Amino acid sequence: MTRFFDEMNLPDGEVRSAYRALAEWLENTPVDRLKSKRDEAEMLFRRLGITFLVYGREGGAERLIPFDIVPRIFSAQEWEQLSAGLIQRVRALNMFVHDIYHEREIIRAGVLPAETLLANALIEPHMHGLDVPRDVYVHVAGIDIVRVSEDRFYVLEDNLRSPSGVSYMLENRNTMMRLFPDLFSSVDVQAVEHYPQELLRNLRATAPPGVDDPTVVVLTPGSYNSAYFEHAFLADQMGVELVEGQDLTVRDGQVLMRTIEGLVRVDVIYRRINDEFMDPLVFRPDSTLGVPGLLSVCRSGRVTLANAFGTGFADDKSIYPFVPEVIRFYLSEEPILENVETYVLRKPDDLAYTLENLADLVVKEVHGSGGYGMLVGPMSTAEEREAYRARILDCPENFIAQPTLALSHCPTFVDEGIAPRHVDLRPYVLSGETVSVVPCGLTRVALTEGSLVVNSSQGGGTKDTWVLEA
Amino acid sequence: MTMLGRTANQLYWMARYIERAENMARLIDVANRMVLLDVPGQAHESVWGSTLEVAGYPEDFVTFGGQISSSGVVLFLAFDDGFPSSIFSSIRAARENARALRVSITSEMWESINTTWLELRDYDSRTLFNGGVRDFCDWVKERTHSFRGVTDATMLRDESYAFLDMGLAVERADNTARLLDSKYHVLLPRDEHVGGSVDYYQWGAVLRSLSAFRAYHKVYSDVIQPRRVAELLLLRGDMPRSLMACFDRITSQLESLCQGRPQECQRIAGEIHASLRFGRIDDIFRQGLHEFLTRFIARNADLSAQIEHDFMMLQRSRIPA
Repeated sequence: MTRFFDEMNLPDGEVRSAYRALAEWLENTPVDRLKSKRDEAEMLFRRLGITFLVYGREGGAERLIPFDIVPRIFSAQEWEQLSAGLIQRVRALNMFVHDIYHEREIIRAGVLPAETLLANALIEPHMHGLDVPRDVYVHVAGIDIVRVSEDRFYVLEDNLRSPSGVSYMLENRNTMMRLFPDLFSSVDVQAVEHYPQELLRNLRATAPPGVDDPTVVVLTPGSYNSAYFEHAFLADQMGVELVEGQDLTVRDGQVLMRTIEGLVRVDVIYRRINDEFMDPLVFRPDSTLGVPGLLSVCRSGRVTLANAFGTGFADDKSIYPFVPEVIRFYLSEEPILENVETYVLRKPDDLAYTLENLADLVVKEVHGSGGYGMLVGPMSTAEEREAYRARILDCPENFIAQPTLALSHCPTFVDEGIAPRHVDLRPYVLSGETVSVVPCGLTRVALTEGSLVVNSSQGGGTKDTWVLEA
Repeated sequence: MTMLGRTANQLYWMARYIERAENMARLIDVANRMVLLDVPGQAHESVWGSTLEVAGYPEDFVTFGGQISSSGVVLFLAFDDGFPSSIFSSIRAARENARALRVSITSEMWESINTTWLELRDYDSRTLFNGGVRDFCDWVKERTHSFRGVTDATMLRDESYAFLDMGLAVERADNTARLLDSKYHVLLPRDEHVGGSVDYYQWGAVLRSLSAFRAYHKVYSDVIQPRRVAELLLLRGDMPRSLMACFDRITSQLESLCQGRPQECQRIAGEIHASLRFGRIDDIFRQGLHEFLTRFIARNADLSAQIEHDFMMLQRSRIPA
């Protein structure tokens, strides 16, 4: 049986130093109190309306993501290593996107095979040769991390389009401080509340040249989008307008918003709408979410989009296996964070290996997300594997496979009391003036015993994530 | 910072929906009382029939098989999710707007309306059949009062507040006018028995439904007379639900919003305001109260459309949630 890395306890049962105060507190807190605190947390989330919409259900039912009241803790040293690795990775990815839309040196140097790009529909032709302020393409990156041992962190996935979840990270902390002030007085946790200010600072830093007091807006698809709460939350925390496509218009080569006093120029758009819906003149003509003509203003450099158009190719699962090489190529540094070994089923050898070892591997669709449509080998039945095998053979290049990772587990409050459950982590990396990461992240937890799937759409929950002061 | 036209529209409609929910609760409450009182000469059917009329529902009430029954009408007006002016629909729409407006309202306001919605959604409508109508109406009024209290106590007095306040006033004026008009229909054509017991109960009910019963006696120290009821509810600025009081609010908010930029809506509001401010109740009765109210309701609707046109710059038709 696989031994999973336990984030709280050492193999001999002793508690790691970062968790000592928490362990003591858990020991001294009756289960009834934990239960009532958990209920209180749920009530708070519901009252504040921190919900997400589940698509495909009647009327898009509003649901709460379950919140676990036991925090996950990193020591200052652990975080130092992690954040250095995250910053390194995002710096390199920004340079990579820039290169692909300019000289493509990485291909000329033979580091990245040209065919990986040819097949990639997410490369945006309109971005070729276009310069963006400070060469920043990915203003906000969500890098999904799993831990398998004391000092091994793997990057599971890069999210470079419009990663969500940061409002949960912030509200989780807020809720914990409200529920357990006593705990915070005994543990020194690094603050995270300044994230929106950092985001605003970086967005302003990438305004079009010559604009000294830029107007920043958050662009949302609207209140029926599953992440609407987050869009509103961030706009509110940054003190900027939350706009929909219908609030913006393009006139005289500028993006303007319709206000009660007339039209006002917009300089930076933090957009939470996918590329294909952004400009019906260029992309999907049926989109009512975007702004006709937006791309042309972008191309003339008179508005900044965050993230830029066309970053999606770089977080595609077909590019993922090359990211360590990307880091070495642009930064001449060894990657600090490891990639998960990945079999690309486009390659015959990898395909053969995968089909032979389906029961041990995790197979994912290249363009999939949210834990939908993946096969977790060890958890699957023989029939499920057979069905999946047929899907793979139908179109192998649509799939990649990875070994089933021994995700670390953390103490979690479940019906039986405190028990270990598997977790991952999504920290948010900001680029603009500099590349930085606030000392926190969204910890997702698989609440079902033994489950390795942490996605909220698949019954996962979240936890507050603490990084201790040195 | 300036404000999006769409945001202004959502604020305006959120306030209208909340006011509408409260007015509906008042309407139900009064009808329910009249039925319980067994007012002489008042069949239950006609009480509920005129209630449906004020609520803006066609006279031929067919949803419940043409039978007008207390519980059927109450259930319909309170909980029918297909009837856009039911309390349920109004609170849901207000809450949907509030959800979209999270950045523009205070967290206390959001929590207030969200809590109202969650409780309403879980409300056991069967309690209405066991004498719970009054409790329910009191609950709705309490929740809407609480929302306004929270708004008053937490919201910056900026443009957002102005649009909320105008939404409230426009909706309230519409409701007061409709209520008066419906009772006018029932009572005045024959113009007899003034001061009789039927009048007393009917007009007493109107006054109560507008929280004006005690105010009437304070102001007039006299038996209830339709002319005075009308004067109180049309022309007196010190009566919070009167047309005059509503237009005091609307014109003063428009004045601050339109500083330096005269707008058509301000002109319309000023015209209506002047007719209330300088109008005499005797003249109104001479022209006909019904004609006056019909014209007022239409002018008020014009004003609302003009406010939306002047400030909200809506591009695509957007049905407020």
